[in-house]
Amino acid sequence: MSNATFRGGVHPYEGKELSQDLPIKTVKPAMGEYIFPMAQHIGAPATPVVSKGDKVLVGQKIGEASGFISANICSSVSGTVKAVEPRMLLNGSKATCVVVDNDGEYAGIPGLGEDRDYTKLTNDEIRDIVKEAGIVGMGGAGFPTNVKLAPKDPNAIDYILVNGAECEPYLTSDYRQMLECPEEIVGGLKVILKLFDKAKGLICIEDNKPEAIKRMEAAVQSESRIEVKVLKTKYPQGGERTLISAATGRKIYSAKLPADAGCIVDNISTVIAIYRAVCKQTPLITRVMTLTGEAFKTPVNVEVRLGCNHADLVAEGDGYKEDPVKVISGGPMMGFAMFDLNVPVTKTSSSILAMTRDQVAEFEPSPCIRCGRCVEACPGNLVPQKMAVAASHNDYATFEKLNGMECYECGSCTFVCPAKRPLTQTFKEARQHVMAQRRKK
Amino acid sequence: MSNLLNLSSSPHVRDKSSTKSIMWDVFLALMPATIFGAWNFGLKAVILIVACIATCVLTEYIWQKAMKLPLTVSDGSAALTGLLLALNLSATFPVWMAIVGSVFAIIIVKQLFGGLGQNFMNPALGARCFLMVSFAGQMTSFTYDGVTGATPLAQIKNGVTDPSLCAGKSDLLDMFLGTIGGTIGETSTIALLIGAAYLLARKVITWRIPVIYIATFAIFALIFGEQDVMYLAKELCGGGLVLGAFFMATDYVTSPITPKGQIVFAVLLGVLTGIFRIFGASAEGVSYAIIISNLLVPLIENVTIPTPFGKEGIKDGK
Repeated sequence: MSNATFRGGVHPYEGKELSQDLPIKTVKPAMGEYIFPMAQHIGAPATPVVSKGDKVLVGQKIGEASGFISANICSSVSGTVKAVEPRMLLNGSKATCVVVDNDGEYAGIPGLGEDRDYTKLTNDEIRDIVKEAGIVGMGGAGFPTNVKLAPKDPNAIDYILVNGAECEPYLTSDYRQMLECPEEIVGGLKVILKLFDKAKGLICIEDNKPEAIKRMEAAVQSESRIEVKVLKTKYPQGGERTLISAATGRKIYSAKLPADAGCIVDNISTVIAIYRAVCKQTPLITRVMTLTGEAFKTPVNVEVRLGCNHADLVAEGDGYKEDPVKVISGGPMMGFAMFDLNVPVTKTSSSILAMTRDQVAEFEPSPCIRCGRCVEACPGNLVPQKMAVAASHNDYATFEKLNGMECYECGSCTFVCPAKRPLTQTFKEARQHVMAQRRKK
Repeated sequence: MSNLLNLSSSPHVRDKSSTKSIMWDVFLALMPATIFGAWNFGLKAVILIVACIATCVLTEYIWQKAMKLPLTVSDGSAALTGLLLALNLSATFPVWMAIVGSVFAIIIVKQLFGGLGQNFMNPALGARCFLMVSFAGQMTSFTYDGVTGATPLAQIKNGVTDPSLCAGKSDLLDMFLGTIGGTIGETSTIALLIGAAYLLARKVITWRIPVIYIATFAIFALIFGEQDVMYLAKELCGGGLVLGAFFMATDYVTSPITPKGQIVFAVLLGVLTGIFRIFGASAEGVSYAIIISNLLVPLIENVTIPTPFGKEGIKDGK
């Protein structure tokens, strides 16, 4: 039987060979400011619970979740709170941040890093620990994990999917973690499975990562409730909807949650964060990033403390061999182009991708020739060509009628477009407009 | 870092293929048929091909210059229109008429409606039909090996058997190889199929439109024509069916963009071609079938919008 997949999708250049064989290096933390934005997840921003002059410890909560869908923020260093003020974020906007001046001591909160037996905890205690630790989806969306782990009916959950697809080109952080700490992934998954008696754990990996498949299969050999699911390599296999459909045959659309299909999906890094929070008493204070792209002298996978400065990390890749033309946070398909590297690393920062070529600037968009490649590529079964015409005429009613709100901006249509038209960009604008209109109602 | 960084919305990478590469792929795919046509019909055919391509490219260039539009002749679409038009003409067709047809294709059918991507009808076929109604005699005069007369398809339809009235024999092998009378590019089924295989392999076209078109026509011909394998094989190899199905009906701009729509479009083409060929006055019907179906594309698309992922079986959409 061939490996599971979905309809549509594209095959961009993978670029993973740049960094896939390089072990994760723990970065020696820089001194100076660590900046913790209070909004680095989906939902309400956290409320700062420290003020200027306060002493904080590693792992100490500095931002408190301020609603049902919100997340705590913990300090990754010890030191003095230098300021609680708006600072520049990755997307160019300013938002409230807690700024901690690293004292270089790394003094931790009591119990930090110590073992804890999760089997002795109740399910509610586990959910509380995950919430306290400030864990959010680290694949990019940043949805609070404790909310995901508390569906209406825990008995209706049949599958816990660990997303190891890593379908974005260039990124190798999940891959390296599968090779280097499979036991932590299995450990985290076992913690989640404890919450859902009827569920089965599926670790989903694309077939371009045979080493990771081998390693994870060995790690789950003695686990009766966990299996490795091999998926075909195709972008966007790691999207929530495409992953669920390929792994389980179930389908959801925009108005449904994975839980509606009996699934919970968590990214590799998130599962490791759950393991560390529950079994090692360590809240979410570090993450693995890939520093890659043709501009880096030596691409590298690094484990960094949250709140550190992107610009400081460039030195970890031994600097640039060539000035980058474009620097992206995240993968080339859905990542965000950075205008300045002096912004803090957050829970969802998966990479610094420094490119020497900007393929977007190289091509001038030309008229649509209606070739239909966008229709073939769209994993959502939409008609991007018609949606783009409607959106560019500000005809939002037609855009919605064409199911434009089902688009999750994966970029496949724009990638394949021979006329190099900025389809995804048009959809982002239109979707924002429609969502704003809906909020007004 | 001293230099400024580029900013743009995601995705930040693009596939290699472009409008230009697609146009040249189609151009290349037409080469076997073009070269065969040149060999089969000689210098006259070559002159017509060159005249049509040159006129189309020049007309588009002059129009865009005059209208102060961005110059797009290098994308190859005008050259392709010229080549397709020439392949749809008889080798004995007067050059000046071909030039008139080329100008019509580019200005009336393509540019007046907004240029590349906006024309609602295949420019080459639009021009062919314009020439057909303007110069019917010259358009339907076919000469092969010095004999001016009926093409094999017309021989079958009208039961012509006198060799002095036939432009080429209606022998299946000749029809497959192309050593018969007809328009420059339509005669050699094998040369066209080689080009079609290239387009399919390069994923420039999908199988949906050509295969369903030809299959529908075959079924129609079997039901309403003669229930005979030889007859069917000749109907498939003769006339413009293969050229039309693989190279004209698949024209991106004038065919549906939705997968279901492409199926509806192809079935419609097959039925119309069958009606024109079997019940019509002429032995031919492909070009009219295609341009009529072209006009119905917006309608077909509107009723064939695919169901989004995960909403299968959900009516209301909520």
